[in-house]
Amino acid sequence: MAEKKKGLFSRLVSGLSKTRDNIVAGFDSLFLGYDVIDDDFYEELEEILVMADIGINATTAILDDLKEKVSEQHIRRPQECRQLLINSIKEQMAVGEADYEFENGRSVVLVIGVNGVGKTTSIGKLASLLKDDGKRVILAAADTFRAAAVEQLSQWADRAGVDIICGQEGADPASVVYDAVAAAKARKADILICDTAGRLHNKKNLMSELNKIYRILEKEYQDAILETLVVVDGTTGQNALVQAREFSEAAKINGIILTKLDGTAKGGIAVAIQSELGIPVKYIGVGEKIDDLQRFDADSFVNALFEVPEESSDREEI
Amino acid sequence: MAFESLTEKLQNVFKKLRGKGRLTEEDVKTALKEVKMALLEADVNFKVVKQFTKSVQERAVGADVMNGLNPGQMVVKIVNEELVSLMGSDMKELPLKPGSEITVIMLAGLQGAGKTTTVAKLGGLLKKNGRKPLLVAADVYRAAAIKQLQVNGEKQGLTVFSMGDKISPVNIAKGALEYARENQFNVVLIDTAGRLHVDEEMMQELSDIKEAVNVDFTLLVVDAMTGQDAVNVAKAFTDKVGIDGVIVTKLDGDTRGGAALSIKAVTGTPILYAGMGEKLNDLEPFYPDRMASRILGMGDVMSLIEKVEASVDKEQAQEMQKKFKKMDFDFNDYLTSMEQMNKMGGIGSILNMLPGLGGKNKDIEGMIDESQLQRTKSIILSMTPAERSNPSILNLSRKNRIAKGAGVDISEVNRLVKQFEQSKKMMKQMPGLMSGKSGMRGGFRLPF
Repeated sequence: MAEKKKGLFSRLVSGLSKTRDNIVAGFDSLFLGYDVIDDDFYEELEEILVMADIGINATTAILDDLKEKVSEQHIRRPQECRQLLINSIKEQMAVGEADYEFENGRSVVLVIGVNGVGKTTSIGKLASLLKDDGKRVILAAADTFRAAAVEQLSQWADRAGVDIICGQEGADPASVVYDAVAAAKARKADILICDTAGRLHNKKNLMSELNKIYRILEKEYQDAILETLVVVDGTTGQNALVQAREFSEAAKINGIILTKLDGTAKGGIAVAIQSELGIPVKYIGVGEKIDDLQRFDADSFVNALFEVPEESSDREEI
Repeated sequence: MAFESLTEKLQNVFKKLRGKGRLTEEDVKTALKEVKMALLEADVNFKVVKQFTKSVQERAVGADVMNGLNPGQMVVKIVNEELVSLMGSDMKELPLKPGSEITVIMLAGLQGAGKTTTVAKLGGLLKKNGRKPLLVAADVYRAAAIKQLQVNGEKQGLTVFSMGDKISPVNIAKGALEYARENQFNVVLIDTAGRLHVDEEMMQELSDIKEAVNVDFTLLVVDAMTGQDAVNVAKAFTDKVGIDGVIVTKLDGDTRGGAALSIKAVTGTPILYAGMGEKLNDLEPFYPDRMASRILGMGDVMSLIEKVEASVDKEQAQEMQKKFKKMDFDFNDYLTSMEQMNKMGGIGSILNMLPGLGGKNKDIEGMIDESQLQRTKSIILSMTPAERSNPSILNLSRKNRIAKGAGVDISEVNRLVKQFEQSKKMMKQMPGLMSGKSGMRGGFRLPF
């Protein structure tokens, strides 16, 4: 019996050793390797989408939609099919200038998310981005729970050269936010960015704490645009969808900061979140340096998702 | 939510597969299709899922269906067993060196996996076990990482070794070991900076630390919410640095945690601990069986199946089956089935094991009135043997006596008799229910 189990296990391991190569071999080989659009073709397409963390449900929906279009438009060549798929995801993920409205007016940005996704780091980078744009930025260190979180944000404030309003560790985060709003008004800041403690979305009391912070911002800072950004770790799987849904219950979410895309993770879950909840990705984090936060670009994101070399995406346009 | 959909799907599969003695290829394929979807939804790596279901299929086709289970459940039972054996390992905890000899442990992982918190938790755990651990702050990159370890270490009453963020992590590790020797620490826990597995320079740094201070165990800290990429991460850390164990964090969330399975399948290294919360004592041993149920999203269906197997007397069940067929089901049988239920720990405990009810247990327990069942039992016990086997003789005076004996109102006796007649009538209308060929099917049916 023990031997049998070992057999199963070692088969699994050997089967997986090529995983990484297989993933990278990716999209191109798929479309070149097929002459006709058949079930095998769709099955491999499914694999690519699932491996990018888009999730089996969103993948099935995307493929059903694709199949419909293929039969409607009498598409027969896999290459055409590919472009169709890429274009439709690009279209879905595209963001416009209007999505960044808050950058221009007086605004307050509330940054939320589960633990360890990179909230504090993203705020440091965002502050620097906006400061370079000539904005007057103030940070509110309302993560009073995690050890040294306030200190971490202070260091980022120094690096970015912006002001910061701090509370004591263990203080009520809502009171820190309240003070920060007063300071932002008094100092005539353009943008106030509030850091919050990481919290798992299934912890009720922490979510109501978040809701309280949100309501204070709504009530106390009415002449500012309230922009709530949820930070999603790009390596997260299907749980990110649940996160986004649950956080929406506590605060109206305007966009996503998708972090840690400098690894091998594709961040495909953002596609699922966009299609199910309609929340757009607005920024991506691609490193640890202060200028490693960029505005989201649907084209390069989708190309990376499908391992399409940047220049070839144009060449193969039909 | 994921729970319910899987349970529903499996329910449908089970219906189709009911009533066969041996698993056919068709049975297995149908059931495995749903299992595959469940695994993917749980973020188990696509390739792992493919390999895994293939292996299970080989084992399952032709297997005998255990008495009391339907073929679909049998497949799930096999899947569960394979999952548990795949995720389990002989090494349950770190074999630390005896006495004053120093064991060096290094924690590594991606950014935000929870290394610093875990180092403090692990230190606390080792201290509780009578060790003298030294925490080493070797994350010189992330802002305030050292401070975070110091604060957490202090809360645990542990010593934190730090040389600031201007010294290289390799030298900090060396300095820490010297300090540990001088001050009689016997475990050194090194907290390293979060790093990407594709960052060659940073990965080399880990190897350098490992070499410089002879690290005994390198533990990979992984966020349970990680998606498909977990495989790439684990493989890179294994190939470039070498991993002796895995700690899965943030399992107090509601993620299904398929990453744990993927990592074990790819690296083969044991999963040692599970991080279950933000408090510093929230580090638990890893239980493969719990993780398997969680990944499958099936609550504790498997233990339910096992309990049924253990507590239902086969002969008794067959006897009951015969009675059903002949329609002479009486109050004695009613009593027997109630006792069977009790043997399994009562309705409340059975409901607890059902999937889709997680977290709602309390509400449901409140809804089910076990004392009501107790009253039903006492009513039946207040009947004479003749009344129990032939309920039709129950007249008003008999009912009055029974009510007094059981200490209930006569209306409750009436209600029970009425219920009993109704169930009998219902059974007459459903001949299909009684046509099961084997064992207790029909007589005792699993509630899903």
